Amino acid sequence: MIDVSKLDPNFKYEIMKEPGGEHVTRCFACGTCTATCPVREMNDEYNPRKIIRMAILGMRQEVLTSDFIWLCASCYTCEERCPQDVRIPGLMNAIKNIAVRQGHIHPSFRAQLEVLFAHGRLYEITEFDNKKRAKWGLPEIRENVEGIRKLFRKTGMEKLVKDEGGAE
Amino acid sequence: MKYALFLGCTVPVRALNYELAARKVGEKLGLEFLDISEFSCCGFPVKSVDRMTSMLMAAENLSLAEEANLDICTLCSACSSVLTEVDKQVKENRALRNRINEDLSVTNRKYHGKIHVKHFVRILHEDVGLAKIKEMVKRPLSEFNFTAHYGCHYLKPSEVYGKFDEPENPRTLDELIRVTGAQSIPYEDKNECCGGGVLGVEEATALKIAALKLDHIKASGADALVLICPFCNIMYEGNQKKIEKQSETEFNLPVLYYPQVLGLALGIPPDELGFRMNRVKPREILSRLG
Repeated sequence: MIDVSKLDPNFKYEIMKEPGGEHVTRCFACGTCTATCPVREMNDEYNPRKIIRMAILGMRQEVLTSDFIWLCASCYTCEERCPQDVRIPGLMNAIKNIAVRQGHIHPSFRAQLEVLFAHGRLYEITEFDNKKRAKWGLPEIRENVEGIRKLFRKTGMEKLVKDEGGAE
Repeated sequence: MKYALFLGCTVPVRALNYELAARKVGEKLGLEFLDISEFSCCGFPVKSVDRMTSMLMAAENLSLAEEANLDICTLCSACSSVLTEVDKQVKENRALRNRINEDLSVTNRKYHGKIHVKHFVRILHEDVGLAKIKEMVKRPLSEFNFTAHYGCHYLKPSEVYGKFDEPENPRTLDELIRVTGAQSIPYEDKNECCGGGVLGVEEATALKIAALKLDHIKASGADALVLICPFCNIMYEGNQKKIEKQSETEFNLPVLYYPQVLGLALGIPPDELGFRMNRVKPREILSRLG
């Protein structure tokens, strides 16, 4: 049951202002995205058509606090096939970007931010790694954290890393 | 032909065989690579958290290659995708370019949009060309049947990539497999995603997506799966044992990086192509090579 009094009719405009979300209202609910989605095929929790409907209806809280918005694999299959050019992977990112600013970041993405802030890369480069690389005649890899830290500071991502027991 | 080699996060730690084979094959085909030690993460993982941060990370890397006056060659398809996308946006949208450069100034860098980004396999197809590769083949792999896995971000979004290949019916990797003398055989759901994009969020779903493809490829009777992205490899090779357990099916399917296949055809000894680092041992393939 949807409680109409709790809907936020401005949510769709909020999404349209977010880069990537511009085309959300173009959706005419044909369901090509859902029918074609490899994640949906294996997991009923993820249904792009439904997420777009919820967004357009104004179910702001339900969408932004949900786990399902984090299930898009970003494979772009739907983007290539959508007859209305809704550009769903970018739209999902726009919704997730809003969710993050509202304090709803998926734990696995927070963990990634922490690793990036600590090492400048998704995998730490250990001495063992460079020894192995040298054995195969491959050049040494360095961690460059300064650039990423400065960027994270500039965009406010640093706060996300440090909010909850992040890498300090 | 000289490029800045962008390894990204995964390749230099978890796909040394890919990197090694790409470097060897590149050398053989007259590609020169510059390693830029200041490169860091491409920005792809941050896209869904904060678009601006992701663009700044990409722009910082792009600016490093621009400073060296070189186009970028990527090995990972996700790196390829975000770097190409940000490069395109910087080139086409002056307001966005100014905003990116304003924020990027905290790192004392600037990106002007003067270089291009290409995946290694696209470079083989477009810049080296099938004709030259064919001339260089020393040991045709005619006794082998391979299946091509393009993955997602090598091709899509096709608008960002200037439609260099057809996402619904791609041909570049198939042609590159055939030029080695091997067969590139068809299989069901060839264009399907590996599932890697949701591995960190919902592992069971990701593994089911990968399992379906392993099933289809096994049914095709192929000798190996050939791919071009380290993350697809994590799904099909790194997680193959786990998938076998979960689905109670034995696949034992060798997963090869395309440069390893091409390297064999070019007559490079298997030892130099990092086959020892493949987790599903391609023993049978190597023994049939003689």
